[in-house]
Amino acid sequence: MTLVDATLAKPEVAARAKRSPADRRKARLGLLFAAPSAILLAAFYIIPIVVLCVFSLTDYQLGALSMRFVGLDNFSKAFSDPVFLRSLWNTVLYAVIVIPFGVLLALGVALLVYNRKKSRAFWEIAYFLPVTATLVAMATVWQFLLHPSLGPVNAAIKAFGLEPVAFLSNPALLIPTMALIGIWQVLGFNMVLFLAGLTAIPKDLHEAARLDGAKHPIDRFLTVTWPMLGPTTLFVVVTTSISAFKVFETVAVLTKGRFGSETLLFELYLEGFEYSNTGYAAALTLLFLVIVLILSIGQMVHMDRKVHY
Amino acid sequence: MAVLRKYLPHLVLALGAVPMLLPFYWMFLTSIRSPSEIFDVSLWPIPQHLDAAQNYARAASQVPMLRFMLNGVIVCGGILIVQVLTAVPAAYALAKLKFPARRLMMTLIIAALCVPMQALALPLFVGLAKTNLLNTYFAMMAPFFLSVFAIFLFHQSFRSYPDEVIEAARMDGFSEMEICWRLVLRGSLPSLAAFAVFSLVAHWNDLYWPMIVVTDTNLAPPPLGMLFFADVESGANYGALMAGAAIITAPMVICFLFARRHFIAGITMTGVK
Repeated sequence: MTLVDATLAKPEVAARAKRSPADRRKARLGLLFAAPSAILLAAFYIIPIVVLCVFSLTDYQLGALSMRFVGLDNFSKAFSDPVFLRSLWNTVLYAVIVIPFGVLLALGVALLVYNRKKSRAFWEIAYFLPVTATLVAMATVWQFLLHPSLGPVNAAIKAFGLEPVAFLSNPALLIPTMALIGIWQVLGFNMVLFLAGLTAIPKDLHEAARLDGAKHPIDRFLTVTWPMLGPTTLFVVVTTSISAFKVFETVAVLTKGRFGSETLLFELYLEGFEYSNTGYAAALTLLFLVIVLILSIGQMVHMDRKVHY
Repeated sequence: MAVLRKYLPHLVLALGAVPMLLPFYWMFLTSIRSPSEIFDVSLWPIPQHLDAAQNYARAASQVPMLRFMLNGVIVCGGILIVQVLTAVPAAYALAKLKFPARRLMMTLIIAALCVPMQALALPLFVGLAKTNLLNTYFAMMAPFFLSVFAIFLFHQSFRSYPDEVIEAARMDGFSEMEICWRLVLRGSLPSLAAFAVFSLVAHWNDLYWPMIVVTDTNLAPPPLGMLFFADVESGANYGALMAGAAIITAPMVICFLFARRHFIAGITMTGVK
């Protein structure tokens, strides 16, 4: 041990003697290596955020020659704007459907898939396929599947002797239908996160629980699996809610916001890019950002734990 | 009872898999069926008339479907290359070179991780409009040139690279560029592969930003092209529409089937899509 220390000590001393030129070289190279990213960070994150905040306090419209400072008018306008409030309500409704089903169904599937040996790969592919597929294309397929007369879903409903369901023309069903597609898309993603969480649970714990009298699988699930999956579940809920608040593609394909089915992001798109109400859209964007940031606090904690400066 | 216990999970999984896979099956089936069978809602896999060629030809001629695919390749490839070129040196500097403002930069990167692209779209759009850059490949790619997620990921991975090896390489006269790209990155190839998958899938499937900056059909990437196509056909020819959907979906689905492990690792590295 001492021998190793002695041999290691020598270059250590040598390094210490010329530490400052070497360190200065490292600092210079570090700045050089980080510079392109730092410039892009300023150009595509920091400056836009500042500009966004400034816009939100004005009545700026893209193409207009002048703009006026209006204080917080845009924000107070937002909370009395029926269209914005409706989009907010629609998004919350969408999230309230997608989060519990998207998380609990994924947990159920993950528990079943986890114990399969030979067929695990097959089930993983079957449930994960929607995650990789282009949502715009698949939403078009869903539109066809749910068609009142041409789609097989309503044909099946009619075959059971029930009334056909107007998934895409009854305004009350638009958001739930989109939520159904949202669950379909997010399920495989969450399943994989749960599978990773399950793999991290030590096998001995189940054995110990069995010896302690948890004979039934449900008992073992409640005493071991579920508590051990706590952090995973929190993470899954956070990511699912963030992606739920960003729902856009299905609206763009299925309704284009007609029949009062606009969601937060779609309303933002319309105000900012179709109607060019830049100032007002900037205020709405900030509200959207605040919602996402509140939801990401959980995720940030998760990420931060992995970081050591 | 024992038989039931053994097969019940398979049964439940199979029942669940039906709605998961139904859209893919229906898309493919309709894309090879004759348009005259449109009122046939059965799921019988063999069509009476195989009109695959006609449907796919229509999808490729009605709108420039191949052009959309090419645009997608250009945009996704361009984004990925610049992302790697900027993120790898920055991550190396943050992980292995002590430079001033390192902590500040790391904090800003973690903060930026929480900011979704959609929140930055408005000022970026105004900037691109003011500089007459709308309807260009550059406009579609520029906001994604910096991936804070790539920097974060590579930083995590590079940190575990042994300092002794880097010191030894310096003694041997390797330049810092060579150390960064040839040694340290080589030790993190799984991270690079996972990030590449993540980036390609995310941008191949992205609709929001292209929809904002592109109105020219010839520049549309696949999702935007699909939207144009759906508007043109407006339900008139489902065979061709489904053929178009199949063409657009195929590259990612095929890659997924061949590189399942990489795909799952890449896509689930982050919840932030």
